[in-house]
Amino acid sequence: MFSKEELLRHYETMVKIRKFELEAKRARESGDILGNVHLYIGEEAVATGVCACLSLHDRIESTHRGHGHTIAKGADLRPMMAELYGKATGCCKGKGGSQHIADFQVGMLGANGIVGGGFGLAVGAALAARFQNSDAISVVFFGDGAINRGPFHESANMAAAWHLPVIFVCENNGIACSTQHATGGQQAVLNLSKRADSYDMTSYVVNGNDFFAVQAAMEKLVQRARNGEGNRCGFLECQTHRALGHNVGDSQPYRDAEAAWARLEADDPIQNFERRCLTDGVLTREDFDMVSAHVDSLIEDARRFAVESPYPEPDELYADLYD
Amino acid sequence: MQKKSYKDATLEALAEEMGRDPSVFVMAEDLHGRGGGLSHYLGLKELLNGDTSHMLDTPISETAIVSSAVGAALSGMRPVIDMRFSNCLPACMDELVNQAAKSRYMFGGQGKVSMVVRCPDGIVKMQGAHHTDCLEAWFAHIPGLQVVVPSCPAEGKGLLKTAIRNDNPVIFLEHKTLFKTEGDVPEGDYTIPFGKARIAREGRDVTLVVYGVMVNRALEAAEVLAAKGIDAEVLDLRTLTPLDKETILASVRKTGRAVVAHEAVRHGGFGGELSATISEEAFSSLKSPVVRIGAPFVPIPVSPHLEDQCRVLPQNIVQAVCQMMA
Repeated sequence: MFSKEELLRHYETMVKIRKFELEAKRARESGDILGNVHLYIGEEAVATGVCACLSLHDRIESTHRGHGHTIAKGADLRPMMAELYGKATGCCKGKGGSQHIADFQVGMLGANGIVGGGFGLAVGAALAARFQNSDAISVVFFGDGAINRGPFHESANMAAAWHLPVIFVCENNGIACSTQHATGGQQAVLNLSKRADSYDMTSYVVNGNDFFAVQAAMEKLVQRARNGEGNRCGFLECQTHRALGHNVGDSQPYRDAEAAWARLEADDPIQNFERRCLTDGVLTREDFDMVSAHVDSLIEDARRFAVESPYPEPDELYADLYD
Repeated sequence: MQKKSYKDATLEALAEEMGRDPSVFVMAEDLHGRGGGLSHYLGLKELLNGDTSHMLDTPISETAIVSSAVGAALSGMRPVIDMRFSNCLPACMDELVNQAAKSRYMFGGQGKVSMVVRCPDGIVKMQGAHHTDCLEAWFAHIPGLQVVVPSCPAEGKGLLKTAIRNDNPVIFLEHKTLFKTEGDVPEGDYTIPFGKARIAREGRDVTLVVYGVMVNRALEAAEVLAAKGIDAEVLDLRTLTPLDKETILASVRKTGRAVVAHEAVRHGGFGGELSATISEEAFSSLKSPVVRIGAPFVPIPVSPHLEDQCRVLPQNIVQAVCQMMA
């Protein structure tokens, strides 16, 4: 059972992600920022539920759709927003942008522009933890598209064979860029968790729009990864829904965009969370409104910080390349 | 100084660095079985007094080897990995080019990728196209990577120690014929700074700009040339990134002539970068155009006589210099 404070914290995380993404969408559509911006709207319960089970020193590897993971792991919104703007105060000093957002201080080792790029990095982070006598575990987020890349299999095998604490979190949002998971003809076996069986991993398939389902399954995997013996790897398939296009500006000629958005309204992870808490009588509408207003102010503060921050100095071009 | 093989010199360097810093560890295929692809890790366990905790025997998963090394490095470790031979490198180009090379920069310096990718390369005999490529130009083209090409046992020791200690991802290309060669190797804590070329032989008439296995071939060529009255200077670049332009340009300004040679395919090879640099920055000193020597533009064939056409040997250098001086 969660305390009221814990519930409020998790709720706030989901709302932060939603509102951060809506602001990023506005900024990209208005031209305040340019480049690739991939939004996490509709998938908030996955990152929040997973990271609710992690400690600060645990490490996560993210995807190109990385804002939600970064926020859920505990990153500050100001340097995140500044990073989207390419400003010197950004968490990557303006050199990474949306697609390479990272905050090592909170164990977020980076969003990755290469689909499937994070698998091996997570294995390596877990390996480092073992050498360093740390109980830190690694989590790699990836999609239903990335699981078809070879690095998934090499990394899953290596992590399992070496008994490393790595949890593979598959965000099955039903669509790989524009190719449907169920009907796109790209999966030999639609049940993705079967692939975890090949590496003898404990696996769960959960409703990724239900924070409580994600958190409960993840907690079991984390316990095993941190304290288990033998193969400590886990696999969590979170079935969720990408409410918008692949990136901001994607007109979605491959599906009915209005229906995709309507599906979010019918099965919104944030509203699902609210409903559950109201039913349980642990939080009230006033609680939600207070959180929402607070997050609004955080987002506006982050936006202002980003807009007012300077761009990097020209001599920053070569900084952080070599020693 | 003690006479040692390249294999022993680099093995000792590795063992010393592992003893010096517990964040250094080795990952390679067949590490515990045959001591790596070329058995060049045989004896490491003994040098570590039987402690194999930092010697990881990997599955045949080059992609995961490189990417897990990057992840470990970003988390504070110093992995030394071995790619068995150069043609395994293309199997993990994303991990080398997008992850290892760029992570530090694009994350604004939040993490460092202190790792060494050891990679035997080059033609031996009848190994064919999948075991022989020299791919240094690929990696020299990638900002964020350092490219090191040692030429002899002492250089191997000093450069490997520096590669392990420095905080950058290093592609460490070792010609397969080097491992059995012997030479005098300094004892103890011997390191060689990156970006500082070595004048392997001083000369007045022509500069031979070479690296790796080509250094010894250029020195042989220089002896032949000396008998013809031509005094060649031989530069061992040691590292292609960082590149010691100063030493190259100073030498060419002195001699007025440059021959650039490598075993890699000439077309698109690193010799083009060297030649262009010399031509752009020392043009007024040049008495004749820079000459590039490299392998013909074909995959390396197995058949011995065809394979021989792909070797870059001392006589190729001698011939090029003689033509240039004629």
